[in-house]
Amino acid sequence: MLVFIIRRLMQSMLVLVAMSLLVFLGVYAIGNPVDILISPQADQAEIARATAALGLDRPLAEQYWVFLRQAATGDLGRSFAFNVPAIQLILERMPATLELAVTAMLIAIVLGIPLGLWAGLAPDSIAGKTIMTGSILGFSLPTFWVGLMLIMLFSVVLGWLPSNGRGPTVELLGVPVSFLSREGLAHLALPAANLALFKLALIIRLARAGTREALLQDYVRYARAKGLSEARVIGVHVLKNILVPIVTVIGLEFGSVVAFAIVTESVFAWPGMGKLLIESINMLDRPVIVAYLCIIVTLFTLINLAVDIVYSLLDPRVRLSEAGM
Amino acid sequence: MVEQTPLQRMASDFAESRIALAGLALLAAILLVALLAPLISPQNPYDLAQLDVLDSRLPPLAQSRSDGGHTHTYWLGTDDQGRDMLSGIFYGLRISIGVGVASTLAALAIGLVLGLLAAYFGGWVDTLIMRIVDIQLSFPSILIALILLALLGQGLDKIIVALVAVQWAYYARTVRGAALVERRKEYMEAAAGLALSHARIVFRHLLPNCLPPLIVVATVQVAAAIALEATLSFLGLGLPITEPSLGLLISNGFTYMLSGKYWISFFPGVALLATIVSINLVADQLRDVLNPRLQK
Repeated sequence: MLVFIIRRLMQSMLVLVAMSLLVFLGVYAIGNPVDILISPQADQAEIARATAALGLDRPLAEQYWVFLRQAATGDLGRSFAFNVPAIQLILERMPATLELAVTAMLIAIVLGIPLGLWAGLAPDSIAGKTIMTGSILGFSLPTFWVGLMLIMLFSVVLGWLPSNGRGPTVELLGVPVSFLSREGLAHLALPAANLALFKLALIIRLARAGTREALLQDYVRYARAKGLSEARVIGVHVLKNILVPIVTVIGLEFGSVVAFAIVTESVFAWPGMGKLLIESINMLDRPVIVAYLCIIVTLFTLINLAVDIVYSLLDPRVRLSEAGM
Repeated sequence: MVEQTPLQRMASDFAESRIALAGLALLAAILLVALLAPLISPQNPYDLAQLDVLDSRLPPLAQSRSDGGHTHTYWLGTDDQGRDMLSGIFYGLRISIGVGVASTLAALAIGLVLGLLAAYFGGWVDTLIMRIVDIQLSFPSILIALILLALLGQGLDKIIVALVAVQWAYYARTVRGAALVERRKEYMEAAAGLALSHARIVFRHLLPNCLPPLIVVATVQVAAAIALEATLSFLGLGLPITEPSLGLLISNGFTYMLSGKYWISFFPGVALLATIVSINLVADQLRDVLNPRLQK
């Protein structure tokens, strides 16, 4: 087991280093940030001064070495545009993104499992078919367009909910959150619903397929033969068994929710890391782009590692096939 | 009973689902519109001489305000440049579908070759290719595309490169899976026994038998590529303003939506949705038709 974890950990480190090199070299290909940051009237001397101040005049290898050395100490450079450490800029925005992602995931789980169960119990009923058609739509509709339509319906036509921003935040254990105030919840509702849609469709499909399979199993027939109430058969025996794949997928999909938050945040002007990334790409703010990518790649690597370990704990066959290679 | 050719059998299997047929009809109509856009559009939306600022942001069904004797109706309204939305959507479909199909074909070719190599040769070739596939598939496609576009910059060619880079891994994995099954079959042994060249065995014998699952994945991926391109263009990282796809049209209208001018974003979105849904409906039925396990 320990060997398995160490191997996986080393693999993850390798991915991280490779990514950092790729990202660093790649980011160098996009434009010259000095052109954007400095006024067009600036003379040669001023441009040279700005270039030197940002460290852009030194050789590429040296810049990468400086970057790596500083990255090891948690310093991913200063934002060209805001002149604050890039990592601080991203960490400031992280709670907003995580709040959005967690809320979206909760919506998907709380709505998705009962709807999927219902569709699985009555696959040929009108309700079951409606739920499945809805989930196909959930897969097909592009997230950003659904976001626009939500804004149009709930903000412009009905005027019920705000169309952008995060609203006031309340400190909870030193982290600013918006779900504790009415105003904040109203701001959270649309973006979270938007981000939840795709995962909702996924969980409905998983829960439906799982339910249909579970209903054919012997343990369900025995539970019924024992005279258990239908509520207990469904609520305990079926539900417990369909939860295993769903929990795995929730773990795996959390990273993709954080990634897709880029789109939702841009639509709803939600002040999270994703919106920051898009702004930084447009402003050629290299340190922020590099820092975002480093953080997100680390996050993904950690999630994948955790899922791998949990998997190997649940299913010894995974470990064996790894060792056999 | 009359003997059917495999193609006839597939066609009649496909026609069993009425909703899939409807999807196919819709898709055919959309493709026709995209192909014939320059002929059937009321206006060339990128010929500035045909645009009239007086006609900007007109609601659907509005009459043209410009004189000149030939008043015409803007069925779906106009955008901020006075462009006819209907024509804009026809041209946008052309670009969106073109980008989707081109990137899918290129990714298919790359994934196909690498997947076949991995399955046929096995060993370190297999390990190397499949490790890269595994690592890539553990990141969401939008993130990879965003990183690449941040590195490459904007442009039609760049977005196709990004979409190919996102997609090839799916094909490589699918082909490898199918090829590993086929490799153990007797006709492969026979081909090897005849001392045919590797290239001939791989491309003439192995490849044709791996195609069915690939066709299904490719259909789904065209829809995914179109959606991804629209998303990237919406974020301002996809196509430049001179080649507006549906995503860019939607993005253009976003600013005006809060003031109630819904049509600039709404109709291109409907066109995008119709394209994606119709492709997905066809793909769903193709999956059943091409699945040997479901054949009677």
